[in-house]
Amino acid sequence: MFFKSLQKLLKENIREYGMYIALFVIMLIFTITTDGIFISSRNISNLLNQTGYIAVLAVGMTLVIVIRHIDLSVGFLAGFLGAIAAIALAFWNFPVYVVIPLVLALGVVAGLLTAFPIAQLKVPAFVASLAGWLIYRGALLLVTAGTGTIIIADETFNAIGNGFIPDIPGLENFLPGVHKLTLLLGVVAIALYVVSQFRDRRKKLSYNFETLPMNMFIAKLVFISVLLALITWVLAGYNGLSWTVVIVLLVVGIYHFVTTQTVLGRHIYAVGGNPEAAELSGISVKKITYVVFGSMGMLSALSGILFASRLRSATVTAGTLFEMDAIAAAYIGGVSAAGGVGNVMGSLIGALVTMSLTSGMNLMNIDIAYQYIVRGAVLLAAVIFDVTTRSRGR
Amino acid sequence: MDTPILEMRNITKEFPGVRALNNVSFRVAKGEIHCLVGENGAGKSTLMKVLSGVWPYGSYTGDIYLEGELQTFKNVTDSEKAGIGIIYQELALVPELSVYENIFLGHEISNGVTVDWNETIKRANEMLARVRLDVNPATKIKDLGVGKQQLVEIAKALNRNVKLLILDEPTAALNEDDSANLLQLLREQKAHGVTCIMISHKLREVMAIADTVTILRDGQTVCTLDAHKGEVTEQVMIRHMVGREIDNVYPPRVGHRPGDEVVFEVKDWNAYDPRLGRQILKNVNFKVRKGEIVGFAGLMGSGRTELALSLFGNYPHYEVSGEIYVQGKPVKFSHPRDAIENGVAYLTEDRKGNGLILIQDVKQNISLANLQALANRGVVNANAEIKVANEYRAALNIKTPSVAQKVVNLSGGNQQKVCLGKWLFVKPNILILDEPTRGIDVGAKYEIYTIMNQLVQEGMSIIMISSELPEILGMSDRIYVVSEGRITGELPVEEANQEIIMQMATN
Repeated sequence: MFFKSLQKLLKENIREYGMYIALFVIMLIFTITTDGIFISSRNISNLLNQTGYIAVLAVGMTLVIVIRHIDLSVGFLAGFLGAIAAIALAFWNFPVYVVIPLVLALGVVAGLLTAFPIAQLKVPAFVASLAGWLIYRGALLLVTAGTGTIIIADETFNAIGNGFIPDIPGLENFLPGVHKLTLLLGVVAIALYVVSQFRDRRKKLSYNFETLPMNMFIAKLVFISVLLALITWVLAGYNGLSWTVVIVLLVVGIYHFVTTQTVLGRHIYAVGGNPEAAELSGISVKKITYVVFGSMGMLSALSGILFASRLRSATVTAGTLFEMDAIAAAYIGGVSAAGGVGNVMGSLIGALVTMSLTSGMNLMNIDIAYQYIVRGAVLLAAVIFDVTTRSRGR
Repeated sequence: MDTPILEMRNITKEFPGVRALNNVSFRVAKGEIHCLVGENGAGKSTLMKVLSGVWPYGSYTGDIYLEGELQTFKNVTDSEKAGIGIIYQELALVPELSVYENIFLGHEISNGVTVDWNETIKRANEMLARVRLDVNPATKIKDLGVGKQQLVEIAKALNRNVKLLILDEPTAALNEDDSANLLQLLREQKAHGVTCIMISHKLREVMAIADTVTILRDGQTVCTLDAHKGEVTEQVMIRHMVGREIDNVYPPRVGHRPGDEVVFEVKDWNAYDPRLGRQILKNVNFKVRKGEIVGFAGLMGSGRTELALSLFGNYPHYEVSGEIYVQGKPVKFSHPRDAIENGVAYLTEDRKGNGLILIQDVKQNISLANLQALANRGVVNANAEIKVANEYRAALNIKTPSVAQKVVNLSGGNQQKVCLGKWLFVKPNILILDEPTRGIDVGAKYEIYTIMNQLVQEGMSIIMISSELPEILGMSDRIYVVSEGRITGELPVEEANQEIIMQMATN
């Protein structure tokens, strides 16, 4: 009985759960093939830190694709702005708490500049952002021309990509070797998740909306909670939560809230779903285009900061192909090029899938050539899966 | 009796939840013009799609015989090979290509590698002469009017030596001259031995041209009438189409008179479309009173939708001049938002194209134009949204399992009610309805008319654009007639009838 309804549930929601299952399977395979090294605390912690700078780009890219555009310029924009951050820290001696807002603001400006020909002159986004790709690549070469790699000495800045949150003081003897604050945060997160799910369910029932049957609902709760607990336990076993993970969670949390709960978010999805209907309902498609590209620019800047901080330096080739990884992550996460479909949680999972593949294959010492081929095949499979399950759903 | 050129036997076609065709039988004799009539949704287009292979063999039940032989079309190419040519309402021409390229599209004259353009142009000229179209074959399709494009489509079909030519509402977008010309052309092709099936809503046209008429209603064949025995008359056709007398289609508006106060006025309104490079509206003047339903009649393409769009924040970016007054005050609308804020709402003609967000649910569509009202500091109150959506669902009798249902899954009539709900939620004073009942069934039509009556009784003013004259006559207090971008007549409903309006619409 239980398994029958589980089967039915999976069949009906295969689109929604597909990528979670895919991520799970990929992680399981690598755990087996690497004799458990893949799932070790140290590797998972590293993996999440590496995912950070792609994940924030994927979040922004999701919205860009939702409104039926694309932004190819984000990779080199991230590289260029990372270099600006390094220059400001190393040569201009700006304090770190000035540099970060400054670079984020520059990112917004860059995004608005990309949006201008798209919104105002109806230039296709592919072309407008391809121009940006070239321009920012040139700009990156220009600012690093004299110096080559710029080393960043500021430890606060470098902590963003390499540091971990502090532990609760005075508990050194309790559970030694385990990060207590991470554990606590994990428990709080699980509690919040369970409570919010129950509230959501009660509300849906009161409106007679479709809900999962009780046993399936419990199964889902248990599954997600166990997953969260596992991740928490794995992370707590190393250095705890890294600042990168905290930042990514904040970004995803804020974007998830904005896209699902606010007028702005609803307008973005309306424009993506049917731009003409949105315009005729009083929504300014132009304004939404500027907002989405502006946010993309800001997240590119954040990506550049995360990457420069992780490497403790700005390099001449920083940002190369980031845009492709971000686009791939968004598509693996279920975004539709037809517009109006896709969510930031999915893109985060998509980013984790691509990064797990890279990490796992690196641990297995697979040649880089095969790595690209495997990643390409996974992207194609994910999109084919998405397209076929969607047409069946109609 | 001769073998009919086409015989369709016991055709049944089902879509999820709907039986579009129910045991339909249809026979067409060689060399005749056979008209297929019926209301929207009666199954005419579905039947033709089954015939032309759009719905392949196996997706329907029943048999198709062409000249006595059983056919099993897997796709449109198969039916073309068998000699069936179909011309849809939305023409299938490539606008950026020339007339001759379009005529030979997919059937290029070539030696296997290169196209013989000289021969192509020569043969294209022959085909153009046959349809009596006097244009340079090198003209691009986009530079031709709709009437001439229609002729190019026919030339294209004739070029493939079709035995059976199907036309889906060929005159819907044409003016009277072009229509007459087209009908004459069909008679000539009949003399050439081409058999013709024509779907049409214009009953007078049907009477003028048909040898035989088959009437469909609710997916079933009602009857087949023989024009040569005098069976084809307007009354008979209407009776069979609707299955009842039509005097009760419009609900009565009891004891209501529009007020005297002018709430919306447009003066000297002109619009120029830079993309088409022509003036689309010329010196339009009209006014709307409180509690009044003003009908805008005219043929398709007469400029009524363009008028509405240009007034409602000028979304297509025409170059406009003139004045708009709302409640006596001059206003300027530079975006639909401005119009909405001034109490003007516009329900578009094409609900799927630019009215609804099909992939979103009922509540999201209803709240779309007025989300601010449901939000506190930019955060949408989900409970309030559901409450509002449920109110409109009840008030408009929207049939849906819940307001969380995606709009794409609703029927046409219910989709239209969702559109209406969206605009009622912005609480407008002036509601522009563009073809409010197009493509929806009789029952839903009646409900929408009832809602309109209720709204004007509450003091709202309605501008109703409609191509259906009975609807204009049945619902309006006052009627404006639009033709080629100008207002060519204004009539109180008491003085109007179909003939007068048609005359004004075609002059």
